[in-house]
Order: sequence, then structure tokens, then C-alpha cells
Amino acid sequence: MSENGTAVTFGRKDFESDQEVRWCPGCGDYGILAAMQFLLPELDVAPHELVFVSGIGCAARLPYYMNTYGVHSIHGRAPAIATGVTMTRPDLHVWVIGGDGDMLSIGGNHLIHALRRNVNLKILMFNNQIYGLTKGQYSPTSEVGKITKSTPFGSIDHPFNPVSVAIGAEASFVARTHDTDRKHMQEIFRRAHEHRGAAFVEVYQNCNVFNDGAFDQILKRDSRPDMLIPLEHGQPIRFGTDLEHGVAVNEFGEPYVCEVADVGVDRLLVHDETRPDPTLAFSLSRLANGPHVPTPVGVFRDVERPVYEAEVQAQVDDAIERQGPGDLRSLISSGATWTVD
Amino acid sequence: MQLVGDRFTELSAVFGNDLATLPNYPAEIRAPAGTIAGVSSFQVHISDHDIVTPGDSPNVLVVMNPAALKANIADLPAGSTLIVNSDSFEERDLTKAGYTVNPLEDGSLAGYNMFQVPMTSISIEASKELGVKRRDAERSKNFFALGLICWMYTRPAKPIVEWIEKKYDKRPEVRDTNLAALKAGRNFGETAELFDHPFEIKPASLPPGQYTNITGNIAVAFGLVAGAHQAKLPLIYASYPITPASDILHELSKHKNFGVKTMQAEDEIAAASIAVGAAFSGALAVTGTSGPGLDLKSEAIGLAVSLELPMVIVDVQRAGPSTGLPTKTEQTDLLLALYGRHGESPLPVVAAKSASHCFDATFEAVRIAVKYRTPVILLTDGYLANGSEPWLLPDVSELPDISVPFATEMNHDDGFWPYLRDPETLARPWAIPGTPGLQHRIGGIEKEDGTGNISYQPENHERMVHLRQAKIDGIANDIAGVELDLDEGAELLVLGWGSTWGAIKAGVRRVRAGGGKVAHAHLMHLNPFPADLGDVLAAHPKVLCPEINLGQLAQVVRGRYLVDVRSFNRVAGLPFRAGEMEAALWEEINR
Repeated sequence: MSENGTAVTFGRKDFESDQEVRWCPGCGDYGILAAMQFLLPELDVAPHELVFVSGIGCAARLPYYMNTYGVHSIHGRAPAIATGVTMTRPDLHVWVIGGDGDMLSIGGNHLIHALRRNVNLKILMFNNQIYGLTKGQYSPTSEVGKITKSTPFGSIDHPFNPVSVAIGAEASFVARTHDTDRKHMQEIFRRAHEHRGAAFVEVYQNCNVFNDGAFDQILKRDSRPDMLIPLEHGQPIRFGTDLEHGVAVNEFGEPYVCEVADVGVDRLLVHDETRPDPTLAFSLSRLANGPHVPTPVGVFRDVERPVYEAEVQAQVDDAIERQGPGDLRSLISSGATWTVD
Repeated sequence: MQLVGDRFTELSAVFGNDLATLPNYPAEIRAPAGTIAGVSSFQVHISDHDIVTPGDSPNVLVVMNPAALKANIADLPAGSTLIVNSDSFEERDLTKAGYTVNPLEDGSLAGYNMFQVPMTSISIEASKELGVKRRDAERSKNFFALGLICWMYTRPAKPIVEWIEKKYDKRPEVRDTNLAALKAGRNFGETAELFDHPFEIKPASLPPGQYTNITGNIAVAFGLVAGAHQAKLPLIYASYPITPASDILHELSKHKNFGVKTMQAEDEIAAASIAVGAAFSGALAVTGTSGPGLDLKSEAIGLAVSLELPMVIVDVQRAGPSTGLPTKTEQTDLLLALYGRHGESPLPVVAAKSASHCFDATFEAVRIAVKYRTPVILLTDGYLANGSEPWLLPDVSELPDISVPFATEMNHDDGFWPYLRDPETLARPWAIPGTPGLQHRIGGIEKEDGTGNISYQPENHERMVHLRQAKIDGIANDIAGVELDLDEGAELLVLGWGSTWGAIKAGVRRVRAGGGKVAHAHLMHLNPFPADLGDVLAAHPKVLCPEINLGQLAQVVRGRYLVDVRSFNRVAGLPFRAGEMEAALWEEINR
């Protein structure tokens, strides 16, 4: 809205900065940036009400390309810095941008604490399963056995599943999308924006220089129908060209991929994003332990919880209402005092 | 022991004595009672004149068990009064403290004016009628001791009685037991004829005004609230619990009606990072910690240097390295504060000299941070943080307005340049998110002078390195000169900083009383130094720099001014004593 109250609309250009985009040609980050810049004019938000905070890494350059407020900060700390922004200005829209190394390795602690506190941040984690800016070391999401510069005999660490980590931290909104489908990204980002509280979005992103084709098994156009499991709230979970595959639950309560013809439509799991208990959403995230088997995409979880900075503000407002605004004189003389004549 | 020490201190403060305290306790919350490691002590110095230290050697020592005797008897001058809880000198107690023979019986304490008082059994007897458990009755013996001391020093009981009634409001049996023990202690002093003359310390002749007794940590908290208020900014304090800084977080979390938002972060790094985000968004952003936490915050502080955002980092120094001695005091973080970041990353450093001065030093740190858009490190230490002294309450209506305007307009033909500096202060504009039209991106990568865009140009980096340094150096013209206590004809200048102020002052007074000549300069600003420091140093042929480190300020001053500064150092986790300071000054005078 403008100052005199008339609606002002913004176009895509209004959200683009004058800086030249410097990712490698062919990088998946271009698609993600485009999805964001296409989406923002559709939201009821002005450029000056947006803050993009990032850490270090290729993904973390994104704020420079947005004509919004932005901080390109230090490695891993973006969720904490963004928490400081939103504590000060709960009225602004704060996005956090980072990669798998930034958010799950050096910054893992800040990520899980921002999620458990339910700070009103929209956290986009670009997952390319590699360190790109430092030129090709394995990351905390790389598959076991990955040959990289730092692991010439193959990596031996077990990788994180970012969606599982987020749900484990009881994030109130958790979703997954991928850089080859701009419409899907836009829709997921919109859902994240509309959610009140911490929203965690994993974006599968191709690094065509250091880890090209990491997601080909599931994202190649002809393999997508059999390898992507779209999650739709209130619908039985089905996929395949003819929706011949589905997800059912075994006797231990664990979801598994099945053939609809074998189990029957009635036995399919109906997806419910809003279940307060994160257990089922977590189990869904365990369907795929990497992008080489059928993998769920879409919103895993979207529940309402008290929002951190709103609660902080409420305590302040409540104290002012109960005690009145602070008075310095009475503060400093609040202990026992005496007078010397 | 800390609890009753606090009560006696408060009482003496309200009575009008000048005072200084030194609480001393183990880092372990419940260190084994009765062992040397578990001894918790509280030293209080009260006086009818202006005093500056907790005192070197007490006139009266109260020991509750053999371990306390063993740990403290060396400090008690011969002929002084020693009051002993004789109930706790059983064989088992003696063994725990490492005594093979009972010191009460072997004549080793013959040089003292010793009173053996069965404090435990009298306390138990006093609450016999109340039907409390023996164990609970035993615990009230500290209040017996407090009652006894109050009688000795003619303190009125009423304020303590009121305090006990309020404190144990919900636990009537504890309240009544403690009240009974307190009364028994007073009565014992009055009737047992053990003490010939009660001590009487008259009120001190302090400057007129209203006083309160304050610790350094509370003074820092008040200074931050006052600073935010006078800067017209909301205060955000993010911190991770750490000894001895946590009380600042505790205190600030009570004052939400000032708009104060406190946050207990997941770690030290997050606390500093939250402050950076808050500073970017227009808050007075503060994080507080002690040495180990300052190590961890370094990278985020470096970011604030590069982003040129206002922020205050409070470092309540403690003994190191590593975990060190968390409850003991030191001045060993000066070089860390000045230089503990990679790259050329200068920032102002301010240090408090006494518990009450923490208020002024904090306010000054806030003023500099906001005006120059820079992180400022405020150094206090464990001694200031927990020690207390009377504080002449400032007239808050006289506190200066230290607010700076946020940027609201374009500042260049090309739009908004986030690094276009104020020609006088060299501070960059503070344009906070939410301001229409001033959207900009800043980051830790080197920025182009003016536009703030990423720049890898060699000449630009060189220029930015010099600009950041010049901004901090320029603050020297905007701070008070060296705090000076000159002595006509003195060859020796004693140069101090931080919490050694009291001990140095006491040492200087003694030397002057003994006919010696010595000048005292004390630094609140450690970076930049006051503009006149060079002249002050040059005016004295001898400079002695006492520090509770191995000569950190001395090294900086030697490097900067090419002056042959000599050091006096003792790094024992304790404040200097007036006596050792006097001796060090005489040695230097006679050298």
C-alpha cells in the first residue's frame, strides 16, 4: 500500500537489484531466483518489507540479486541473524537462504533452534549435496561413498535427510521442491510465505559444475512420474503415469511404496499436513533415503504453533500494560536506598 | 555464606557506611562442604570514610568450619578477632580440612583474640519450640553468625528481619527458624560478655545525594536500559548463560516494560549473530559474555565491524585460559578485545573501573556504538560483576540524548548508497529494513567505498581498511581526556585500567600519606586512547602499569608511545590488595 492508502502493485523488475548475477552458467540457482522473483509480485508485499538473510556459499549470494533489504553474513549463522531481525521487526517478511553445508553442517545448531522456537522465518535450503564455493568437497547430504576432492576413497559419513531433520526439530512447516519445476517452487514458496512461523523448504538444486546430475534419477522428465511422489493434503498418496503406485502403511505404522492394484485405493495413506504429531510426517520423509528411489515432494507438514517473536512482543506489551512504561529514575532506585545530607 | 554476606552489606549500605565487597566462592554449585575446595567466603570492608577496596586483611574473621579457618587464617593479622563455630571442629571435620590436630587446642591460634561459639547447637536450641527438623535448624547457623556480627557492629536487626519475612514468605518454617537463629546470635553477643566493646562504624561522609548499593552486573544492566532509552532505541540483549555474566541477562529479563527484549540463545555464536541482525534492523543490540564466549563471538563481531553496525559486546572477564577459574577475576582479555579478530578489524574498547562505574562505562559504550555505527567491547570483570559499593544515583534527567536519526531519504543521485559516510564521524547511514525506497544489501565481503557493492579491487580494499581504522581513531577527539590524579613533582605515574582502580587509589593514598610522590592515570578508553595520553606519559619519567595479567596494556602503550612502561603483575584470580600496591609503588619510587 502507498502512503495515501491506495494499493500499489509491484512487477518482477521491482524485486530485481542492479547487480549482475554471477552463478555459473547452467546453475540450478538461476531457476530458484526466477521462481522467487516471479512469485513476489503476486504477494501483497512491498520490496522494502522484505529482508533476505544468507550465510556463506553459492546459494548465499541470492540476497545481492534482490531489490529488498539483505544481509550476506557469515557461514552458518543466517538463521540466528534473521532471528535478530524478526525479533526487532516482527512486521517484516524475513527469508533465510543457504545451502546444505551452510545450514546442516556449520549452521546446523542455529537451524534446529530456529525451527523448534518457531521463529517466523522462511528458510530455503538449496540442497546440491556438494560444497560448490570451495570447489567440490562432499557435504552433509552427500551419499556415502561419494568421491570428491576431500574424499578420494569415498566419503564414509552417513548423510542427513534435511526434511527428517526439520520434522525432528518439530518445524511447523516443512516442504520439498526442486529447481526443475518453477511452478512447483513458486507454489511451495507461496505456501511458506503464507505460513505463520518457521517454514523450512528443501530445494533440490543441481550443481552442474561439481555434482552434475545428482538428482537425474528422480528429476529427468521421463522418470519423474515414477520417481516423484506428490504430496497433496487430503488426498490418497498416489503417483505414476496412471497413478498406479501409491503409499500405504504397514503393521508397524511405517509408510511404504505399493502398487495400488495390490492393496486397493482404500488402503492408501491419505495425506494430512495438519496432524499436530510429527510422527507420520517424519515417517513419510523416510520413504526415500536419497534422490534415487521414489521421493515425496510437496508439503509434509503445516501446523500452527505459537510464533516466537510474537510471544516475545506479547511479554513486552503485557509488562507495559501491567507496570506502565519503564521509568529510569525508579529503575535505578529500585533497591534499598539511603540519603546522605 | 554469600546470602548473609549480602544481607550485612545491604544493611551497612543503608546505614550509610562506605563499603566494598569481595564475594569468593567455588565454581562448583555444591562443592563438598567442609573441604578447602568447598569454602565460600564473603569479605566486606565497611568504613566511615571513602574507601576503594574490599580491604587487604580483615579485623574480624568468622569461620564456620576448619576448612574455612585453614583457607583464610593467613589473611588475618595477629591480634585480630577470630570467631569460630566450635561445633564444627569434630574429628571428621578436621580430617576433611586436612588437620591432624585440632587448631583450637594446639595453641596455634594463640595470637588471635579468639571466641569459640557453639553456633550450630545454639541455633538448634533456638528453634526447638518450632518443631523443625534438626537438619533445617542446623542450616540457620549462618543467620546466627549474622546476628552476632550485627550486634558487634551495632547494626539494627529490623531490615534483616523484614528481608527474611519477605524472602521466606511461602516457607514459614524456614522463616521462623532463621529469625530465631538471627535473634539468638544477637542475644548471644549481648549477654555472653564475650565481646568487651561492640564495634561502632559511623556513617561515612560521602558526597550528599541518594545512594543505593550496586554490583557491577546490575550497573551494566541499568546502563544498557538507560543507554537504549537515551538513544531512543529498543534494547535487544541476546546472551548464553556463562559465569560471571549471567546476572546481566537475569536483570534485563525483568525489565520488559522498558521495551527490553532478552533472548537466551542456543550458543554464544547465535547470541552475537542475533545482535547483528537486531542492529541491522534498528535495535540497540547487545550481547554479553565472559572470555570463552568472547572467543566464540569473534567472527560475528568481525561481521559487525565490516557491516559497520552499532552493537555492544559486554565481556565480564574471568580467569583463563580455557575454562580457567570461572568465579575468579582477571584482566586477561584486553588483547583479545583489541585484536582478537582476523583481518584489520578495529573497534572501540571501554573498561569500567568500579562496580558503580559500570553504569557510566556502559552508557559510554552505547554512545560510541550508536554514534559511530561500530561494535564496541565493554570490559568488566568478575570482581566488579559480583562486588558491590554505594552508588550515588545519577540524575537521569541529565543523561544526554545520544540518539542518531535513521536514514529515510536517498543520499545520492544514484539512489541510496549505504556506505556514503558522514564526513565528520565517518559513520555510514543507518537505513533500517521497512524504510521505503532504501532497500540495500550489505555483507561480509569487501564493499566498494560509497555504494557498498561487492568489490574485489585492490585500491578499494586498501581505502576501506584505512577508512575503518580512521573512523575508530577519530573517536579519540570525542572522548574525555585521561582521568588524572596528579601529584606536583611526582616522577612516578601509575597507569591503570579497569577494576584495579580501587587498589591503585588505595596504594597511592598510602604512599602519599607516607611522604611519597606519585601520580595516578586511569583509562576507561582502551581504544582509541584519550588524545592526551601521550603527553601525560611524557610528563613522567617513570611509568608503572599494574595489571591482573602479564602486562597487556603495558605492551600496547610501549608499542604506541615508545615509553619504557614497567609492569606490576599478579595473576592469582584475585583483585590486587592495597598493601601490595603500596609496596610496588614504593619500590618503583626508590628504584
